[in-house]
Amino acid sequence: MRLRRCGTDAVLVEVDSIGEVEAVRAAVRAADLPEVVELVPAARTVLVTARPGGLAAVRRVLDSVDLTHRVDTPSQEITIPVVYDGPDLELVAGTAGITTDEVVRLHAEATYSVAFCGFAPGFAYLVGLPRELHQPRLDSPRTKVPAGSVGVAGEYTAAYPRSTPGGWRLIGRTDAPLFDPRRAAPALLAPGDRVRFEAAG
Amino acid sequence: MTTTHREPPVGTPSPEAAPPDTPRSPAGRSFTILRTGPQALVQDLGRPGNAHLGVPPSGALDQPSLRLANRLAGNPEDAAGLEVLLGGLSLRANASCTVAVTGPSTPVRVNGLLRDSPCHLAPGDELIIGAPRHGLRCYLAVSGGIAVPPELGSRSTDVLSGIGPSPLRAGDEIPLGTPTGIPAGADVLPPVQVADELTVPIHLGPRDEWFDDPAGRLRDGRWTVSERSNRVGVRLQGTALERTAHHRGRELPSEGLVTGAVQVPADGQPVVFLADHPTTGGYPVIGVVPPAALPPLAQARPGTLLRFRPQG
Repeated sequence: MRLRRCGTDAVLVEVDSIGEVEAVRAAVRAADLPEVVELVPAARTVLVTARPGGLAAVRRVLDSVDLTHRVDTPSQEITIPVVYDGPDLELVAGTAGITTDEVVRLHAEATYSVAFCGFAPGFAYLVGLPRELHQPRLDSPRTKVPAGSVGVAGEYTAAYPRSTPGGWRLIGRTDAPLFDPRRAAPALLAPGDRVRFEAAG
Repeated sequence: MTTTHREPPVGTPSPEAAPPDTPRSPAGRSFTILRTGPQALVQDLGRPGNAHLGVPPSGALDQPSLRLANRLAGNPEDAAGLEVLLGGLSLRANASCTVAVTGPSTPVRVNGLLRDSPCHLAPGDELIIGAPRHGLRCYLAVSGGIAVPPELGSRSTDVLSGIGPSPLRAGDEIPLGTPTGIPAGADVLPPVQVADELTVPIHLGPRDEWFDDPAGRLRDGRWTVSERSNRVGVRLQGTALERTAHHRGRELPSEGLVTGAVQVPADGQPVVFLADHPTTGGYPVIGVVPPAALPPLAQARPGTLLRFRPQG
């Protein structure tokens, strides 16, 4: 674990795996420090932003983090219904050397967790994707991916909360309310949450 | 799946949905927007604390100016006001209220007459904010605050994510809250001073080692503010910040960004991120500009000369 200075009020914690990211995020979250303003996990880092003068307390927590231990923090379990009729379903099946039915079964039978969010509000990067579905992005990204699209890229799967450009391979779509800023909890998914997909329609 | 909670229609009393300090808009307390300049937005102090959901902090770019305007209008400092880019805003008050305009020196007229802040508006009065002679952004606070519905605890418009109210347009009716405090009395308001040349402090890191002689290049380089700057970030043109041979062509997994982060894309031209910045980014951040140095950057017009002063 390396601590990198990030201005006067933040520290960027760099680790070696997505599992260690979750260990750091969960430990800082569990400490429930009033000094912490933002706690932002990413692929290999956790950004912790503190109120002015609050970094010392954050560093004390970071000093005691056990990277091999996953702290249990409150998390939701969410099931997202998916209609598996995405435009890249055949491509994903062909790349994996399996049938489209097997793609659906693999994707819907796995249990995922939210590693981090980014790219757009409510866009959650889910890990736990079966190895066969670890696939590269499209050679040429789409200029418009419809809201609700469910795709895979690399070790991640995700659902697009709104229409944006995107290069993920799309295997289905959902009408789950992924992000609504008027809601008390605007994002359906937050880091640490457990997620399952359920074949619908 | 979690149950979704929709807020009740506007006007339905709901103690759960609205904290006690949320301004309400009694019938008739509003502004009618008659005209806007290049951009007029509702802004408060933003919605920090949501970056882990992919939501930028947003909020007024020149927070000291918004806070001052609110104090003058008798509001808590975090009330929502208007952030007016390059003036050109005119509005009609539909209720008695006190307004204050802060930021760079700007002519403010009520029914055609120049007025100082704070000043009183009677129902039907028309207020015009002219173009500032220097700088970019003025702030208007009104007694009771702007009372559009909050999203994620803030009324700010986030131009990157589209969260919060749409940019103001002619014909919009903007609800005002109920005044809770007493407007400040007569004041001499020193306008925000806008320099033609900025020297901006910067703390190196978290990815300064990706660059050749980062402190030296930042100290000796010269930039100008690009016209492609906006609430997301101030784009700079000038000295290219070049990567070390070892880091050339490498990719960085996306990582969290703070406001004030100076990110350097592949072309070497730095971007200083402001309030509506993306929550994560994949280009290396060479250093971070401290919060106190950001308001002057948010007032820097395109063409402003800029240099950095690396801090110890």
